[in-house]
Amino acid sequence: MVQLENIKKGLITEPLIQIRNLHKYFGNNHILKGIHLEVEKGQLISIIGRSGCGKTTLLRCLNCLEILDEGSIKVGNLELTRTNNKKLVEQNATNIRKTVGMPFINSIEENKLNQDFKLKAHKLRTKVGMLFQGLNLFPNFTVLENITIAPKIVQGKDVGTSEDEAIKLLAKVGMEEYIDRRPNQLSGGQAQRVAIARALAMNPMVMLYDEPTSALDPELVDEVIKVMTSLNKDGMTQLVVTHSMNFAKNASDLVVFMDKGKIIEMSPPEEMFSNPKDDRTKDYLKLLSV
Amino acid sequence: MNKIILFIYLLFPTLLLSQNSEETLRWAADAESGAPYVFQDPRIPTKLIGFEVDIINAISKEMGVEHNHFQNQWDGLIPGLKRNDYDIAINGLEITEDRKKEVAFSIPYYITFQQIVVRATSEDIKDLDGLEEKKVGTLKASLAERILKEHGYINVKTYDSEASSYEDLKNGRLDAVLIDEPVAKYYAGWNPALKLTGDPIGEVVYGIVMRKQDTILQNSINVAITKLITSGKLREILEQWDMWNYMVAVYLDDKTTSNIKPTKYNQFLDSRKVDLTFDDYVDRYIGYLPILGEAALTTIILSILSMIVAVFLGLIIALTKVYAPKPIAFLATAYIEIIRGTPLLIQLFFIYYALPSLGLNLNPFTAAILGLGLNYSAYEAENYRAGLYSVPKGQMEAAISLGMTRRQALKHIIIPQAIRLVIPPVTNDFISLLKDTSLVSVIAMAELTKRYLELSATYYDYIGTGIIVAIIYLLIGLPFVKLSKYVENKYSLEKGNK
Repeated sequence: MVQLENIKKGLITEPLIQIRNLHKYFGNNHILKGIHLEVEKGQLISIIGRSGCGKTTLLRCLNCLEILDEGSIKVGNLELTRTNNKKLVEQNATNIRKTVGMPFINSIEENKLNQDFKLKAHKLRTKVGMLFQGLNLFPNFTVLENITIAPKIVQGKDVGTSEDEAIKLLAKVGMEEYIDRRPNQLSGGQAQRVAIARALAMNPMVMLYDEPTSALDPELVDEVIKVMTSLNKDGMTQLVVTHSMNFAKNASDLVVFMDKGKIIEMSPPEEMFSNPKDDRTKDYLKLLSV
Repeated sequence: MNKIILFIYLLFPTLLLSQNSEETLRWAADAESGAPYVFQDPRIPTKLIGFEVDIINAISKEMGVEHNHFQNQWDGLIPGLKRNDYDIAINGLEITEDRKKEVAFSIPYYITFQQIVVRATSEDIKDLDGLEEKKVGTLKASLAERILKEHGYINVKTYDSEASSYEDLKNGRLDAVLIDEPVAKYYAGWNPALKLTGDPIGEVVYGIVMRKQDTILQNSINVAITKLITSGKLREILEQWDMWNYMVAVYLDDKTTSNIKPTKYNQFLDSRKVDLTFDDYVDRYIGYLPILGEAALTTIILSILSMIVAVFLGLIIALTKVYAPKPIAFLATAYIEIIRGTPLLIQLFFIYYALPSLGLNLNPFTAAILGLGLNYSAYEAENYRAGLYSVPKGQMEAAISLGMTRRQALKHIIIPQAIRLVIPPVTNDFISLLKDTSLVSVIAMAELTKRYLELSATYYDYIGTGIIVAIIYLLIGLPFVKLSKYVENKYSLEKGNK
């Protein structure tokens, strides 16, 4: 395993991602109930569990698309910490009510955060790339522009540099021939590969995937998975929320099973699928007849 | 709000200061008021004529000053005077106790009476009593209206322009019109379909109005009128327009007869020739073109500038409503609801006539742009909001997860996509704004519709002029529809080969 070699080489002294006692509420719903998770650099982790178990929320907290209510998240040397209190949770509940019908995520909630926290959250986002279930390429840009826009406006890279890098990334995901296409001219698999390249263009330390292949036709799934496994070989740290047990079994270094806002079990795939320890894991896997 | 005003200041620094010159007599009258007061010369529509124009000419000559005409709606003449848009107004304004509370009057320059006009076929109406149970038209806020209402048992209908009251009389919507005698003479006296009937009613005394504090001006105007009286110039003017009557004779204590020919009245009658050939019509309509062209240009400039204000202000309001913290977002919502929920006409009146008392005195052009721009900004804001909401939520999330700030995401990702969606409704609003510019004639802007009304009042030709003006509106709108189609295609995601 990559991380073991690295540890031997002394390159890494502690896990790349450290999540401690992470809590998240949506109104009165307690979604994440004290998550502890450590991820070594270079691992590909699959997160499985029933719908509503909090696995997507966990990913979104890691990318600050949702702001954690309590606990800490550390990626590399950047740490976000919040201490909970009852008032905060109540405030949060009213915020949720206010944001009903709002088209965009927690803008009101974010307004209440202090400047220092906002700055850290923003930094964290630039270190963490995310791929969504839906096809979220920007339809008003070409494939190439989709990839260069963020480096240009966020990192201030010049057009030449950002385009050169974009073309390299597109080659990596096998999309170099499509640079002038529009997103609506791509298949779902192609669009997700471009989306991966788009996230990689920001040089993230971690890639998060929220059911990256669930919106795709079955024959298009493999091309996306191939990109993810190739990134794994390159040493990219990746967290994948997935319903595909095949993917979890065959592509990941570790599998995390979540239930009702908690991590129940975390083990290598062979062990998770052949010898689950917790009854809840057993029930879930039985349900899927894996 | 302040930003917009500032923006307009930057664009038109010169427009905001109403010209205040000592050597020029700034006078106002409504050119739609028609013959024989102030109206467009049927031969040269760009030139104003009328007995009041002649009086102003003579007065300014006596005073040794130049004069400059300001167009304003008849209703707005006194409010505009108080706003200091001009210094005097002359337009058949009766000297009444009510008006004296608001403004100062000169000594009278003409005295006349109320005249009943009926259809030529009508037999039964001979006096005020004969008007009982009848539908009788008159001008809004005139002495005739008060006479009719005080008499009672009369169904009174009031009009903005005498021309439309006569049209209604001819069409049978009215049974009679009671109006100042000169109007009756010039509109009905020569018309075979109508006739004057009954004895003179009441006494109408016309004076020039000024602001109360302008006592020096009032004095010099009075001196000038007195000179016109003693030199016989006033009588000459009145005789030329065939308006000399026994009441004026008594007032001026002038019992002599005169051999001055009613040349101007005769010219007017000539212009009323009913049997126009096709060529006459063509000539007449070609004669309209300079005046309509200028008005069309005003309409276009007004529409474009107002729309620019509306489009940018609307965007700010929409973004505020969607993204700002709650109290500020509430202000945006309140703004939208108040603006959408009140008539544009009232907003225009408010901006033009009420704001000066709060210390903000805008000229008509600026007030019109501000009024239309503010009004339409509320509608544009709602268009944008709909556009912003229809951009999928995932677009914002994707942008934020790439490290963009909310502002960057809006600018580069969300707004460009929303624009594509809002182009059709915004174009729609532009066309609608183009037509709503007709409302700004109430704040002394001479735009296309106002010129239409003036020309039709001059020529009695609502159909031909109406068609020409309608075509001009259409022609103005079409290029913008084309432009919007082009922009829509440009922002289209399809690019023809999906």
